[in-house]
Amino acid sequence: MGTATLEKAGLDREQMAKRLALELQDGWLVNLGIGMPTKCLPYVPPERDVLFHSENGIIGMGPPPADPADADNDLLSAGKSPVTLIPGGCFIHHADSFAISRGGRLDATILGAYQVAENGNLANWRLPNARTGSVGGAMDIAVGSKRVFAIMTHVTREGEAKVVNALSYPLTALRSVTKIFTDMAVIAVTADGLVLEEVAPGLTPDDVQAATEPKLTVSPSLKTIEV
Amino acid sequence: MPICARAGSRAVRKISRFKAMKNKRVESAKEAVADIFDGASVMIGGFGRGGVPEVLIDAVCDHGVKDLTVISNNTGTRETGIARLLKAGCVKKMVCSFPLATESNVFRDLYNAHKVDLEVVPQGSLAERIRCGGAGIGGFLTPTAVGTELAKGKQTIELNGREYLLEVALRADFALVRAKQVDGRGNLTYRMAARNFNPVMATAADTVIVEAIEDVPVGDLDPECVITPGIYVTRYFVSGTYKSQM
Repeated sequence: MGTATLEKAGLDREQMAKRLALELQDGWLVNLGIGMPTKCLPYVPPERDVLFHSENGIIGMGPPPADPADADNDLLSAGKSPVTLIPGGCFIHHADSFAISRGGRLDATILGAYQVAENGNLANWRLPNARTGSVGGAMDIAVGSKRVFAIMTHVTREGEAKVVNALSYPLTALRSVTKIFTDMAVIAVTADGLVLEEVAPGLTPDDVQAATEPKLTVSPSLKTIEV
Repeated sequence: MPICARAGSRAVRKISRFKAMKNKRVESAKEAVADIFDGASVMIGGFGRGGVPEVLIDAVCDHGVKDLTVISNNTGTRETGIARLLKAGCVKKMVCSFPLATESNVFRDLYNAHKVDLEVVPQGSLAERIRCGGAGIGGFLTPTAVGTELAKGKQTIELNGREYLLEVALRADFALVRAKQVDGRGNLTYRMAARNFNPVMATAADTVIVEAIEDVPVGDLDPECVITPGIYVTRYFVSGTYKSQM
């Protein structure tokens, strides 16, 4: 199981980003967290009008500038990389930006994760052995967004499950994650537990279960992730 | 002619009022930060390198104060901005949301050596605490951080079946703000996402010091586009550069 299988059959980072991007629906306002989440932006189908929110006060964040010479410190993503503003985009200050997230205006947010528990508890801000962590806007955004999509590798480098019965890493937000997107699978967090909705090509539900702590219910409409 | 006389008298009123206005401009960054004292609390605008008043920060370094409590989202980028203040030994404590980015090497070293104190605040709670500080509100109830270690020592209140943390307002002795345009009254506009924490901090400090790119004559700013009214601004310095560009 685990890492060995992963090397030959799991999705790569681009494929994960692409799969998650397909989840974003026309008309949604979506917050993008630091790291992997920003990779999703270019993969949104062009016929869908998805507006991206960045915690630092951007509504209508666009992809990185085509010409690197246009990079500007006054127009950065949450992860401090140069981005652009789409036509009709605008800027707001920080208190308003977080009023948007806490106030339930975000249809979805995409956050990186260290661990997700069976009940949707999210850990993504501090490593257990570290003296402190950089929480940024993760706690505010995870509590306020209508949907929280966690994107991460299915297991750690050491092969340990990251979808767990209970968090062993410090909590970011209680019962917040609604769907988990990994290199092995797409898993929905429901009131009845975790539901395996999709598996990566070349993997079986048993492969995914073997790399996951809680019991997975296999969806009757189980699909293979299109890559 | 009566019409001309009327127009004339209006113009005179306008000019005399303009003359009575005290211009808030100072001519050097050094002068702008001269009253910052040892042990002061200082809010500093910016997110990453966007909207950081780097010229004012450099002047605070040269001013040579110590034991500052700095309230800002980050802890400086490589050797610039707040990292310079930290390296110069001016800072006793950081209050921020994102202390340990890859480029926060100066803070990381000092923190690992136990040479600087740290209070980590979720970013939205930090912004709202500052907004409350400026708005005369004692605190607010937020679902953010409920159940986490950042809730330690904070009161929880259940309201309509949901649990909230009581977060208290935050004010400072000084705010250092980076603006795009300023006029003699201190009215401010901002440049793109360099706005970030700046307008909120401008409301929440006893003394508000602005570093602006461009000084414009009073009356030239479109009143509809002023983000920070000059009433909040104590004084400003014109850096005259787009230093923030990469």
